[in-house]
Amino acid sequence: MTLAIVLLFAAALFGIGLYGAMSQQSFVMLMMGLELMLNGALLATVGFWSLALDGAPEAQLLAIIVMAVMAVEMAVGFALVVAVYRARQADMTESIGTMKE
Amino acid sequence: MGGAVTLAAVILLGLFAVWSGCRVFVVDSMVRASFSLMLSFFCTGGIALVLHADYLGAATVFMMAVEMMVMAIFMIMFMMNPAGLNPMVMVHQNRLSIAAGAAAFALLAGAVLLSDLPDRPVDPARDTTANLGTELLGPSMLIFETAGVTLLAAMVGAVVLSSHRGRFGDTDAGACPPGLTEGGPPAGRRPEEGGGHGHGGGNG
Repeated sequence: MTLAIVLLFAAALFGIGLYGAMSQQSFVMLMMGLELMLNGALLATVGFWSLALDGAPEAQLLAIIVMAVMAVEMAVGFALVVAVYRARQADMTESIGTMKE
Repeated sequence: MGGAVTLAAVILLGLFAVWSGCRVFVVDSMVRASFSLMLSFFCTGGIALVLHADYLGAATVFMMAVEMMVMAIFMIMFMMNPAGLNPMVMVHQNRLSIAAGAAAFALLAGAVLLSDLPDRPVDPARDTTANLGTELLGPSMLIFETAGVTLLAAMVGAVVLSSHRGRFGDTDAGACPPGLTEGGPPAGRRPEEGGGHGHGGGNG
């Protein structure tokens, strides 16, 4: 029961994040959508660990990996935003319609 | 009784997490959006605490507090309308995105509701943090170390991507502008094209 509810919330967070990642024009808002999707993944992992796996420590490790993915996404994502802005003066996805040099 | 309290806390925190997640794409200010995202993460951390994942809950809260501060700084640096004084709608393919988000939610929710979920809750008396530490430094050490190396690679990649770049570095890397007088100290930053102080520079 509790697990189903947790997973439903995780699914809702993932759906909102997917909407944001697909709809937002600004790079930073797009990354916030990605973060929300990862938030849903984290919630689902914690729910499974706590309620379905008898507290197997490997699931906690998976949650830590999800957090590491978040950190990597933030660092590389913002570096890409800075690089694109340097090259194109662009902060919107529409501004880089072509990927040529 | 304990189970009911846990369930109520999970539902409340989950509802707040979803609500603040929605707020991210509704509010007019990007700083407010990043704080909404932070609230959503805090709720996830709260759920983790309620579900006995002490370390994960605390780590989520601390990590997201810092991460969203960084995000807010980038918001202010890069984006229009950080203060939220004007309406802000910057979306494309809105309907497709709403449909995709709703479809993803429906698919996942259907999978959750239709599958036979196991029910093996963690023993509350179990020392989960110690378990995690033993796992990290024991059987799963290679995975843990790989995550560390991945973070290091991400740091190096971020520095490389965000610095001025070229085939062998920037053309003026290590260069120092000439002095205003012969043999004098460097003139500092080169003036911008057409900048106010730049006009007289070439006359001498």
